[in-house]
Amino acid sequence: MSLKIINKSDLMPFVANMMGEYEVIGPVANDIGFKFATLTDASQVRLNYNTTVIPPRKTLLPTQETLFSFQKDMLAPTFDMKWRVLLGVHTCDLHAMCMLDEAFARGQPDTHYMKRRATTTIVSMECLDTCDENSFCKSMNTLTATSGFDLHLIQLGDFYAVDVGTTAGEALLANHAKSHEATRAEIALLDKTMSQKWSKFPVRLHLDGKDLPALMGVSYKSPLWEEVGKRCFGCGSCNIVCPTCYCFDVRDEVSMDGKSGERYRIWDSCQLDEFARIGSGENFRKTHAHRLRHRFMRKGKYIAEAFPGHQGCVGCGRCARACLVDITPVGVWNSLRQDHA
Amino acid sequence: MSIPAIESIYLPTLAWISKVETMTATEKFYTVELPRGQSLGHKPGQFVQISLNGIGEAPISISSSPSRSNGKFEMCVRKVGDVTTALHNLGEGAQIGVRGPYGRGFPVEQFEGRDILVAAGGLSLAPVRSVINQIFDHRKKYDRFIILYGAKNPGELLFKEEREEWKKRSDVEFLETVDKGTPEWTGNVGVITTLFPKITVNPRNTVAITEGPPIMYRFVLMELLGKGIPEDQIWVSLERRMKCGVGKCGHCQLDHFYCCQHGPSFNYAEIKGVMEAL
Ligand SMILES: Cc1cc2nc3c(=O)[nH]c(=O)nc-3n(C[C@H](O)[C@H](O)[C@H](O)COP(=O)(O)OP(=O)(O)OC[C@H]3O[C@@H](n4cnc5c(N)ncnc54)[C@H](O)[C@@H]3O)c2cc1C
Ligand code: SF4
Ligand code: SF4
Ligand code: FES
Repeated sequence: MSLKIINKSDLMPFVANMMGEYEVIGPVANDIGFKFATLTDASQVRLNYNTTVIPPRKTLLPTQETLFSFQKDMLAPTFDMKWRVLLGVHTCDLHAMCMLDEAFARGQPDTHYMKRRATTTIVSMECLDTCDENSFCKSMNTLTATSGFDLHLIQLGDFYAVDVGTTAGEALLANHAKSHEATRAEIALLDKTMSQKWSKFPVRLHLDGKDLPALMGVSYKSPLWEEVGKRCFGCGSCNIVCPTCYCFDVRDEVSMDGKSGERYRIWDSCQLDEFARIGSGENFRKTHAHRLRHRFMRKGKYIAEAFPGHQGCVGCGRCARACLVDITPVGVWNSLRQDHA
Repeated sequence: MSIPAIESIYLPTLAWISKVETMTATEKFYTVELPRGQSLGHKPGQFVQISLNGIGEAPISISSSPSRSNGKFEMCVRKVGDVTTALHNLGEGAQIGVRGPYGRGFPVEQFEGRDILVAAGGLSLAPVRSVINQIFDHRKKYDRFIILYGAKNPGELLFKEEREEWKKRSDVEFLETVDKGTPEWTGNVGVITTLFPKITVNPRNTVAITEGPPIMYRFVLMELLGKGIPEDQIWVSLERRMKCGVGKCGHCQLDHFYCCQHGPSFNYAEIKGVMEAL
């Protein structure tokens, strides 16, 4: 669609206007860096954040979510129907959310996710610099996005270029922001900024993301899994921080008097021992090595094959930052690549 | 899919236990009645999620065949943990929740005209019974019919009356065995593979369906392949931990397959190279 311009001084009023009508979730500063949180004041938003510990997927798939409540024999589905704007999503996370959209819509659509998704407007942001030494979005081809967003912001000096992706985005802009059609000079600045961008992002992975499924296909029996398995604590932090992880557990909770309660889902981790254990006690992924291999297979191969056009890893680097024993996708994949060089 | 998901795909349909029979020390057999006499509309080999409010859900195989489901279905439940123990404590008339049917069943229509060899171990006779009775009810459509069944000991053998009937029928060759006999036991003693030398098959025309505890597969598959039955004529059913039943939660993943979607019934040719499968 069309390219619009918002002056920098008009951005805060835009955020404040949206807050009047929507729950606006955006990056804010906290003790350890940045996190996505509901804004209570437009000035809290930090669009220049580098990354967040927890990805914005929690807006679409909350850490814990009620599926239905029950009272004696009565069952009532619970849906969250707030209208939201998710602001300042980096393109790696946007790619991840597009994959989640596919995963939850496939087959029998997950009605809870679908409702949340339908009530969420995404305003994404172009990164013009690498966030830190752990990200490898360039190799995963996620350092930009031309679809998946409703609006997409690119900061160009004292104004923002706004790419309009959907009619919902167009309406959001028309109703809440002061903007104008981009001029030739503004488009020229966008051209210049974008053409200077790519060289600022280092290549950390020794292969292209598109070749990961093939690499993983020949790496099932690699001795590397035992090596990294020995270091892994099985803490599951890597799953919790990953924008493409979406596995969950389903549990029940009952009130003190036992008369009412709810069934809810809660984020789960394939790195935990009991994740794949069945009734007879058999566990299909007994060791850290088996479970790590499963995680990397999913990131590098299974998801890409199950959902063509999507990737199981978007190169955000969060799992590398979170792991206390330095088990990283770049390390693992480069090492496997070397074995098959 | 005849049970409508009322808005939430995780919302179960309320159903009633209309009959409970104690089968063994750890297994009970249930007849479940669906509201308004509706049918489950399942295929043999599919499963349902059984839900108890406040306790949770458990994936349970449908033991009755589609040919015999008129507003009801049957299931056999082994007591192992929270949900299954709570189910064991429920009597006739109790209300339970049902979601499903889920998963891929056995494509029995494709087996028409073939010799059918079923090999089931332990509790797995319950799910396989959905295929067995489907075949009995359309017996003319199939050629020879062989059932091999093994359990740990005589006390764990399921479906006593039905097995007695199978022994009498002339249109099925039924052989059973126990790993360990008792003084009263006069039948075959030994693991299920000891039954294979007792049967002859035409491997080219045989479709084999096998289901049992994980350890059994390796040995039974060796026997089936050893008889020369082609890989794509062998069907297995795999149990994995399941939470959602609809391909979302990730628990049942078996390499790139989701057991609740692509399975639980798999063709051996499909999964023989899948490292986590067998
Ligand atoms: C496709 C399929 C068909 C099945 N059919 C039957 C059947 O016909 N009859 C029958 O008795 N059992 C069947 N099972 C096994 C049954 O689902 C489990 O025994 C049951 O979920 C255990 O639940 P629980 O709450 O009683 O145990 P829990 O208290 O939850 O746990 C007890 C043990 O069961 C394991 N477990 C927990 N949840 C699951 C789960 N969702 N799937 C598998 N294991 C789990 C745990 O790791 C633990 O070791 C089937 C399983 C699958 C996947
Ligand atoms: S964060 Fe590191 S130690 Fe923890 S489970 Fe993941 S790989 Fe293992
Ligand atoms: S695997 Fe690691 S780098 Fe890849 S998307 Fe997940 S958290 Fe980011
Ligand atoms: S049981 Fe949840 S994905 Fe299969």
